[in-house]
Amino acid sequence: MGINKKSIFVFAEQVDNRITSVVFELLGKARELSEKLNAVVVAVLPGYQIAELPKDLYAYGAHKVLISDHQALREYRTEPYTQVIAEMIRQYEPQIVLFGATSIGRDLAPRVAARIHTGLTADCTGLRVEDERLRFLMTRPAFGGNLMATIVCPDHQPAMATVRPGVMVKRLPEPDAMGELIPFEIDLTENHLFTKILETVREEGSKKLDIQDADILVAGGRGMKSAKGFEILRDLADVLGGEVASSRAAVDAGWQEKAIQVGQTGKTVRPNLYIACGISGAIQHLAGMEESDFIVAINSDPTAPIFNVADVGIVGDVFKIVPKLTEAIRKERTN
Amino acid sequence: MDMNFSKEHLMARQLFHDFAVNEVEPWAEQTDEEHRFPKEIVGKMQELGFMGVPFPKEIGGQGCDTLAYVLLVEELAKVCATTAVIVSAHTSLAADAIAQFGNETQKEQFLRPLAEGKKLGSFALTEAEAGTDASGLNTKAVRDGDSWVINGTKVFITNAGQADIYVIFAMTDKTAGTRGISAFIIEKGTPGFSFGLPEKKMGIRGSSTCELIFEDCRIPLENLLGREGKGFGIAMATLDGGRIGIAAQALGIAEGAFEKTITYVKERKQFKTPIAKFQNTQFVLAQMKTEIEAARFLVYDAALKKDSGKPYSVEAAMAKLKCSQVASDVTRECVQLHGGYGYIQAFQVERMMRDAKITEIYEGTSEVMKMVISGSLLR
Amino acid sequence: MNIIVCIKQVPDTKEVRIDPVKGTLIRQGVPSIMNPDDKAALEAALRIKDGMGAKVIALSMGPLQADAVLREAMAMGADEGILVSDPQFGGADTWATSATLAAAITKLEYDLVLAGRQAIDGDTAQVGPEIAEHLGIPHISYAKELRIEGDEVIVKRQFEDRYQLLSAKMPVLVTALSELNQPRYMTPRGIFEAYREKQVTHWQRNDIPVESENIGLKGSPTRVIETNPKVMKAPGTKIEEDVEKSVQYLIEKLKEKYIL
Repeated sequence: MGINKKSIFVFAEQVDNRITSVVFELLGKARELSEKLNAVVVAVLPGYQIAELPKDLYAYGAHKVLISDHQALREYRTEPYTQVIAEMIRQYEPQIVLFGATSIGRDLAPRVAARIHTGLTADCTGLRVEDERLRFLMTRPAFGGNLMATIVCPDHQPAMATVRPGVMVKRLPEPDAMGELIPFEIDLTENHLFTKILETVREEGSKKLDIQDADILVAGGRGMKSAKGFEILRDLADVLGGEVASSRAAVDAGWQEKAIQVGQTGKTVRPNLYIACGISGAIQHLAGMEESDFIVAINSDPTAPIFNVADVGIVGDVFKIVPKLTEAIRKERTN
Repeated sequence: MDMNFSKEHLMARQLFHDFAVNEVEPWAEQTDEEHRFPKEIVGKMQELGFMGVPFPKEIGGQGCDTLAYVLLVEELAKVCATTAVIVSAHTSLAADAIAQFGNETQKEQFLRPLAEGKKLGSFALTEAEAGTDASGLNTKAVRDGDSWVINGTKVFITNAGQADIYVIFAMTDKTAGTRGISAFIIEKGTPGFSFGLPEKKMGIRGSSTCELIFEDCRIPLENLLGREGKGFGIAMATLDGGRIGIAAQALGIAEGAFEKTITYVKERKQFKTPIAKFQNTQFVLAQMKTEIEAARFLVYDAALKKDSGKPYSVEAAMAKLKCSQVASDVTRECVQLHGGYGYIQAFQVERMMRDAKITEIYEGTSEVMKMVISGSLLR
Repeated sequence: MNIIVCIKQVPDTKEVRIDPVKGTLIRQGVPSIMNPDDKAALEAALRIKDGMGAKVIALSMGPLQADAVLREAMAMGADEGILVSDPQFGGADTWATSATLAAAITKLEYDLVLAGRQAIDGDTAQVGPEIAEHLGIPHISYAKELRIEGDEVIVKRQFEDRYQLLSAKMPVLVTALSELNQPRYMTPRGIFEAYREKQVTHWQRNDIPVESENIGLKGSPTRVIETNPKVMKAPGTKIEEDVEKSVQYLIEKLKEKYIL
């Protein structure tokens, strides 16, 4: 029992005893890295009454699960989680530790990194092992998304990274996969670093389909001119079975909610089809959608940068083209 | 002349620019369309100290200088000429008259609330029969016991009705010509002091321009501003500073129209080419830019001279003369470069063209400016 | 009450362009601004000062030109500005930056340290929590609301689909989202006083009680080995036709891709 090989840790974030989907994406990536490094993938799982969760972690690629089941870990708080992860890292000395760049991951990872004195690279969009020297290379956007930086952590272990949801690819799940469960005991006594949770309030409106889960997105930008302008996008999304998304400009203008904002400071999406309507294609926006399988852009300005990433670009008036497109698709569907 | 702006002036300009773009510009069209006094913007400016920029901190001002004040009016005028003139008339006419000529009591009682942004000011010299001929006033002030009694009508007064504190000019001795004019401070709400209806104007439509009507209006003797009979000199001296403000307003109007036009000519295509590529467009823009920059130096120089205690009347007149001409010329050319769209309200340059005209007229017409300038040359 | 606000001067990344010929970043002429999340943190500090009285110290680590954001902070109402600047601090990653700033903070009295969640150039959101770890104090990030109650801070901490109301006994570090508030404007008086009457204290290497192995490029566990302008996906086809033809073309393409 134990971990006597090289290991890659993946923080198995769970909320209300449900594993956050980015964890499965990270497990997929970790498995890929583990083959090159000859390492095992270990999902680290702090929580309370979480005995049901490891099987999903094995299904998506974990070889082992390091589990810490403790009442103090029932709901996320920085300090108890930091203590658990830091202790796990000290004991098992993994090469690499991965976190999802969620609001939990981006809070926990830096605290852990500082506690154990190692390097942390945030919001990675690429992770790979270099062929010859087996260097671990982390790629991330910087300068507001205008640059891609490649980062290494040569002299400290583990190399830590947070990874944006929607970037890495999940493996196909193997529901019967088995793995090794390693219980991790730790004494967690409240100290001055522990915060107190007075109340937790779940927010409505998060029931809507997350744009990161949609296969088809119809997105609008400043060119839609108003909140009302988005109505034709809603119609197109409906007939395609997709969702509506927004650029930052339309969110800042108050026409759409931040929850559907795509881009550097919004969400990263990679749907099968992304239709960008009245979106100029600033770097900050492209950062959030350029990995989409098929990109269609409709814009009246032929010099708009969005056309540089679009598979199909239509120069024209969105207000004329989109309704006609919706009609044509409806006809196709009924035939 | 040193145009190396200090860091504080540059940061102040950035502040004014951000405020203008975020808080003023969204209201500009409505202000014009509805002839609406932008109360909300004035309220915000009062809270931020924008209504007391050049006045000392000791009296409730911001402790900056005329140059900073000029930058404020300029940045505001780029997006809304109405907002700019409200600040200008309040600051460099009403408040500055009291700052220069008021006694300690008057400064405490009247200048402080103006500088602190608690009250709005207005300056009333012009009458129906006394425009360029400012000495021909008919409004009279007669001493009666412990009061002055004012009778008469003022016309075309900026901030009328909205302002709380008014600096007015009246005849105290009809026989003495210009030496028979005195200046007074009067507050809204004084019995016998009322307002006419707001004028509907060609431009700066949101500025409240009304008659002031005095009917046996009694004000305390202490409200005499400066010495009796010295009012004409007070008006002329105050207007010198006011002209710097108007020059800044005119400069801003020209710049605002110019910036919009640069954007337009890059986007507008005819004959499959952006019109920015046509030489006529390029040459017209080059000429306008040169005029704007020349005008700019005149107004900043006048402000610097005022701040350094040097005489500045002629410089202020030249600045206003030039800036207002440039505003009219540039806005007219900008409308032309916009073609048909220049005539459409939504493109805003037509409003700027309408706004520009008044800068050649109020606070001393361009003809008066020429009288001041030639007067200094040919003494 | 003593509040320290960590602020950073950043290039306005919305204004950055790529040189179409060289493929490099055009950094020239990009204006520098106070990082928006930090401005929200500063505003939160100033509101506490307005409400119950506090001394607000703005602290920044950066090159000498970062003096400007400290002046801006003072013009908004901060009582003091401290610039931590030395060539030896250059090239620091988040570990070294946080170690240096934390060491600077130990020289000051504080009940509350406020910082923005992340900077628009680095985008890591790491420095705040790491400073707290170096200082040995709790931190709360993603603050959507913040208030002081006695010797505690109460924070509404935002998650993706929920929020927590957390309390912690001061000293505490809190990181602010720009959605936390609408920052106030400077005043003309504030600007003139910041430049003409106030000083920005400049702390150099020897003023900061930090170990040399924790500063600058040498003290950084992570290292950037390469930067490239984003490699753009290759453009596809683009048409400019009438509405009917455009729609037809698109339908065909969608069918080709089996989307329809």
